[in-house]
Amino acid sequence: MRHERKRSSIVTLMVIAAVAATATIAFMTIGARGNWSFVLPFRGVKLLALALVAYSIAVSTVLFQTITNNRILTPAIMGFDWLYMLLQTLLVFGLGAAATSAIDVRLMFVVEIGTMLAFSLVLYRFLFSGAVRDLHLLLLIGVVFGTLFRSLSGFLQRLIDPNDFVVLQDRLFASFNAVDPNLLMISALMVVGASAVGLRIFHTFDVMSLGRETAISLGVDHRRITMTVLALVAIFVSVSAALVGPVTFFGLLVANLAYILMPTAKHRYVLPAAILLAVICLVGGQTILERVFAFDTALSIVIEFAGGLFFIFYLLRGHAR
Amino acid sequence: MIEFSGVTKVYGSTTVVDDVTAQLPKGGITSIIGPNGAGKSTLLSMIARLIPCDRGTVLVDGLDVARTSGETLARRLSILRQDNHMTARLTVHDLVAFGRYPYSRGRITADDQAHIGRALGYLGLNDLGDRFLDELSGGQRQRAFVAMVLCQDTDYMLFDEPLNNLDIRHAVGMMKLLGNAARDFGKTVVVVLHDVNFASCYSNHIIVMRDGKLFLQGSPREIIRSETLEQTYGCPFEVQELGGNRIAVYYT
Ligand SMILES: Nc1ncnc2c1ncn2[C@@H]1O[C@H](COP(=O)(O)OP(=O)(O)OP(=O)(O)O)[C@@H](O)[C@H]1O
Ligand SMILES: [Mg+2]
Repeated sequence: MRHERKRSSIVTLMVIAAVAATATIAFMTIGARGNWSFVLPFRGVKLLALALVAYSIAVSTVLFQTITNNRILTPAIMGFDWLYMLLQTLLVFGLGAAATSAIDVRLMFVVEIGTMLAFSLVLYRFLFSGAVRDLHLLLLIGVVFGTLFRSLSGFLQRLIDPNDFVVLQDRLFASFNAVDPNLLMISALMVVGASAVGLRIFHTFDVMSLGRETAISLGVDHRRITMTVLALVAIFVSVSAALVGPVTFFGLLVANLAYILMPTAKHRYVLPAAILLAVICLVGGQTILERVFAFDTALSIVIEFAGGLFFIFYLLRGHAR
Repeated sequence: MIEFSGVTKVYGSTTVVDDVTAQLPKGGITSIIGPNGAGKSTLLSMIARLIPCDRGTVLVDGLDVARTSGETLARRLSILRQDNHMTARLTVHDLVAFGRYPYSRGRITADDQAHIGRALGYLGLNDLGDRFLDELSGGQRQRAFVAMVLCQDTDYMLFDEPLNNLDIRHAVGMMKLLGNAARDFGKTVVVVLHDVNFASCYSNHIIVMRDGKLFLQGSPREIIRSETLEQTYGCPFEVQELGGNRIAVYYT
């Protein structure tokens, strides 16, 4: 039975991987009409961007849910993405678009991740001090933060010089058709670096999902791992927000699909499943919308719609504890 | 030996554990009894470093639990908490296997497998290994959590109300199991109990907590007496000698 469950986990994972591979191949080849030398590099860059976003959102969501011990809070729901947006707006507002564009992308990333980390620390107090145990209250806190960040950036955007605003909008809602190769490179490096750190503490993830007290009594340095994971989450969120802008429900969708599909809660299986599902949704969705229906920018709307429906369904079903 | 001195926990303006000092000798079963809210669970959590002491120190084999690395302590000291609930959906076997984490970091070896099998066997869970925790009865789930603690195989084992939800046969079985662990394997067992008769019959040493303070400690013979129990719980007790044990009757 135990071995059966292990085997069915592996089979499920392989099926998901096969679907993800199919989606990837379809994305690269459908409608190429033989212009390979042009199409392959062009689509390759896009594919890399989509894959980075899928990976970042899936990993950050699953890990965030592991350390917070719940399956409904996500970094996006707690307002991380909107904080990223606010930071971008503040930069353009304070320095002007020209000066902001002149800043080294790497420096920018460092500053942004630093700020997001500071925000994580504030969240950490709410999440782990024990003062707030009520999940709905935490959700509310997330919504309040998210709204605050969004309104602030909305307000600043109205004050910004219209020319700067155009630049800002480009930064915030970078479409996959025009990914800055520089940004892509740095994002990829950040993701690889963060994943390397994650791999070193991978063995603690299953234990962390048992809750603070059990993790401590099994010898895990709960505080250190939590802080490390929050730092990783800040990096992943920065990457995905830099590449596609804020997405609220996508992470929730893929993480919970992974929990449902995998017969085990082990991160060895759940994490890859969530990543592959995210790739299927993004790459497959993009292929269908772009090549089949010839829409270009609607993917995020469709995904957010599906994610939002799932979120409501999840709350109504009383899964949120 | 577990030594704690001046251990204190304050929540807001109430001191829930107040300057408790005691030494628990190595080997044997020590029971902690006392009314609801006396601070038993809080004391146990502080010994197991799950919550920090506001004042005082706890030493396990001379190691200060606040300073020693979690990994080292996890191989010496384990704890069953009063409330156990999990968000992750686990099978009994998976749960018990986590007891080996301090040794194998999640890569189960043949040796670990043997420990897991033994722990499941001790608690009569052999047939339930592949069940999910949310498919068990309350008592079965309690036994699964105890099996996880046993599987951790530490010299010091703390149990907060291990008899919760257990029927009489399993409760007696549990106390005998802990007694064997203490006698045959030299384990030091600390249990919080509500049934004073279990404390009387199965422990070597009893600690009585009241209002956050260590009220009394001693052998069952010294503690299980009608005056002390009446002072502790504030209700009438009649204590009788029965088969060499002191049995308290409190059904008045
Ligand atoms: N996190 C907390 N915040 C505030 N007060 C607390 C907290 N935890 C426990 N207390 C209080 O501390 C006191 C001791 O609690 P504790 O759980 O140690 O009691 P106990 O002796 O284990 O009781 P029981 O027999 O009911 O399990 C209680 O009055 C409780 O209300
Ligand atoms: Mg208690």
